Amino acid sequence: MYVAVKGGERAIENAHRLLADKRRGDQSVPEITLDQISEQLGLAVDRVMSEGSLYDRELAALAIKQARGDLIEAIFLVRAFRATLPRFGASEPVDTGAMRVQRRVSSTFKDIPGGQILGPTFDYTHRLLDPALAQGFVPEAPAMADASTAPTPRVTDILGRDGLIESSPQAEDGASVGDLTREPLNFPADRDLRLQNLARGDEGFLLAMGYSTQRGYGRNHPFAGEIRFGEVEVEFLAEDVGFAVPLGSIELTECQMVNQFKGSATEAPCFTRGYGLAFGQSERKTMSMALVDRALRARELGEEALAPAQDEEFVMSHSDNVQATGFVEHLKLPHYVDFQSELGLLRKLRKEFTDAQAPDAMKEAAE
Amino acid sequence: MNAPAYNFAYLDEQTKRMIRRAILKAIAIPGYQVPFASREMPMPYGWGTGGVQVTAAILGPADVLKVIDQGSDDTTNAISIRKFFAKTAGVATTTATEDATVIQTRHRIPETALSENQVLVYQVPIPEPLRFLEPRETETRRMHALAEYGLMHVKLYEDIARFGHIATAYAYPVKVNARYVMDPSPTPKFDNPKMDNCPALQLFGAGREKRIYAIPPYTQVVSLDFDDHPFEPYRFNAPCALCAAEDSYLDEIVTDDKGGRMFVCSDTDYCESRQAAGHHGSLSAAPYKEKAQGGING
Amino acid sequence: MVDQAALENDQPLLVATSISKSFGRIAACRDVSFALYPGEVLAIVGESGSGKSTLLQLLSGQLAASAGHVSYRMRDGVARDLASLGEAERRFLYRTDWGFVHQDPAQGLRMAVSAGANVGERLMAVGWNHYGRIRETASDWLTRVEIDTARIDDAPRTYSGGMRQRLQIARNLVTEPRLVFMDEPTGGLDVSVQARLLDLLRSLVAELQLAVIIVTHDLAVARLLSHRVMVMKGGRVIETGLTDQVLDDPREPYTQLLVSSILPP
Repeated sequence: MYVAVKGGERAIENAHRLLADKRRGDQSVPEITLDQISEQLGLAVDRVMSEGSLYDRELAALAIKQARGDLIEAIFLVRAFRATLPRFGASEPVDTGAMRVQRRVSSTFKDIPGGQILGPTFDYTHRLLDPALAQGFVPEAPAMADASTAPTPRVTDILGRDGLIESSPQAEDGASVGDLTREPLNFPADRDLRLQNLARGDEGFLLAMGYSTQRGYGRNHPFAGEIRFGEVEVEFLAEDVGFAVPLGSIELTECQMVNQFKGSATEAPCFTRGYGLAFGQSERKTMSMALVDRALRARELGEEALAPAQDEEFVMSHSDNVQATGFVEHLKLPHYVDFQSELGLLRKLRKEFTDAQAPDAMKEAAE
Repeated sequence: MNAPAYNFAYLDEQTKRMIRRAILKAIAIPGYQVPFASREMPMPYGWGTGGVQVTAAILGPADVLKVIDQGSDDTTNAISIRKFFAKTAGVATTTATEDATVIQTRHRIPETALSENQVLVYQVPIPEPLRFLEPRETETRRMHALAEYGLMHVKLYEDIARFGHIATAYAYPVKVNARYVMDPSPTPKFDNPKMDNCPALQLFGAGREKRIYAIPPYTQVVSLDFDDHPFEPYRFNAPCALCAAEDSYLDEIVTDDKGGRMFVCSDTDYCESRQAAGHHGSLSAAPYKEKAQGGING
Repeated sequence: MVDQAALENDQPLLVATSISKSFGRIAACRDVSFALYPGEVLAIVGESGSGKSTLLQLLSGQLAASAGHVSYRMRDGVARDLASLGEAERRFLYRTDWGFVHQDPAQGLRMAVSAGANVGERLMAVGWNHYGRIRETASDWLTRVEIDTARIDDAPRTYSGGMRQRLQIARNLVTEPRLVFMDEPTGGLDVSVQARLLDLLRSLVAELQLAVIIVTHDLAVARLLSHRVMVMKGGRVIETGLTDQVLDDPREPYTQLLVSSILPP
């Protein structure tokens, strides 16, 4: 006798237990702590905070642990938590010009006011696997200088003073900031929403899109005007007290691309901008974001928009890895009702095809 | 650490109000896709986040919830969603169609006729019926606004020219209230007639695509077709092997590797109720109660 | 008894009044006025850059004029300013009473769907709902434009250039429009293929009493098809008149140059 497949509930419970066991791994190996993740896998935490759009190192570390190191899964966990948080309002815009920079490089000028600061970077390391790191490695104490009081103005502001780069469009006073997690997205979208989408977007997707512009699919002649990483203050305007209250400081990476110039008979030529911003130290992400932001401004700047990276609907609809991974992976869910319906149709069409051939065969048989 | 704490039915009240406004608009314009600010949910996109948000927004403490996937209460995703609401809302759950006030479904409409005090919530992957004919949202929205559906008919024409039939077996497009062409979600076309003039409210939620749409009770829903190639629901021509039903949609079960097949109701509640009422198919020799005890789940 | 048809033919179908269009500081089209009557074929000729394609876009409502207006007498006999039509009305006009034949058939056809569906699309868009009758009508039209009906289920991407252009014409004419815009319809074709297409166009236009506004740089096309010619240069109409008159006895030096260089004696 046939018994329909049952026991899904038991199967799920068992699967979850097995997952928890696999997550822990060999229990003779010490359990990893959130501090260890936060301190020693810091760039993974930065990425999860950025794409999870929630600045909380501890929760991001927890998500990475819970996700067994699968960063997209960790981003998903953070997003699902973030979605339920109440909103008190928007912070004041952070002043990245006043950033306490730990790293700051410009590829457009050899020297800049405040100086180039290399900071912690993989850039000039040789990519040789280092067996010394395998265990018990104690690094040398880093060389430290006194904190500099020299201001570090943004390179784009320096260019802007001479009108060499377009001014950044200013929002009107009192204009509210768009939020695509609170309002449905409509096309064409304004730049605030585009930047939000890109800031939350998948690093790999943005990297590929940005890369494609460099290879000629929507080329926009970029220069890395400046990349800076460091701490900024976050302030919140409390309506009750009437002034901005400091909430604390966060680490940010900002990339300002300086791109091919525009100009016309009525407008003096000047460079254009592409902008990238992310939590923590995320240079690849912010550089890619700046390239794609600039590519998406094609329409606004009156350029031909034929390349994928210039296609707002294409980029914004596919940049989110939580959306993408969900829909790709949903193919694992049962589809047998639909498949059954397709199967029925296909069998019918095949039968009609065979029947249509049959009269000839019967005639031949009769002859 | 901020210890996570969750509201009744998971979503915060502000979000629920936003979703309810979208639902009201959807009911006011039958078949029209209302954009809404879909939230990230604790299950992946594509696994029912749209349906879950709609259910969370309409669920009250007195509701009785049923969740099905592929017609069955026992599939893993149905269990997972049912447990989610049992945990976050503490509502009563059921597998009996007639006892439920809210039924969330993926890919099927229950066989038991729905009533006025019920809401059917569909999980929708791609809400746009024109999406595979025209990939651009800006263009499809214009086509809906102008009721310009020639392209959809071109597709149906092409099917007939190539196959002799409209070759759409599921997610078969319908016209709602003589105005909007709508995707019924990937239900088999067998279920399409159940949407027409249905006493229950039908709500459709697409989380990843951020759209909600609705069919109010007793609304005309017509499957697209040609006068000389009328819409035909498909059903495999056999009685259910377990309950002998002749009017239910059947799943095909492969019983061995020598071409053995059997056909049983996809709607497990319908099938079990019929067996309990004494209907027996060719392969269900044992009375219902024994069979249920014989199952892994008791 | 009043002959309603004759009365209606006395009224212009489309009237352009002082239309101009500039792109920034470039004036692509300056102060153009004319009236087109039912059944009349008007050719707009000139070199590339003369503004003739811009004018066609203005007349067909695809571009908004910077100044002036275009009115069209709808099927109910009422003349309407094109700029005042809503998007829905304009699109309806496009798929019923108007046709537009593009130089590149890929712009006017759905290259991946069958010829039958290409022709049937307009019918379905206006509510035809009988597959057999749609197919029969499509098949009739394929015959009229000299396409083998055995090819009805083939997509135009399997067609030759000339066949594609004939299919585009059938797709436009199936709803019996009163006005068809044509943009260099013989542009990309071989000379022998051009001649066959022009013959076909001429007989269809006469048979269906179509009004046509055709843009061409080829004066031979204008001579074969049109009753009247407008010569454009630098965005202005510099000469207009009956086709034979303008081409045989051009008044303007520019037209004389055009005629002598393009039409060998």
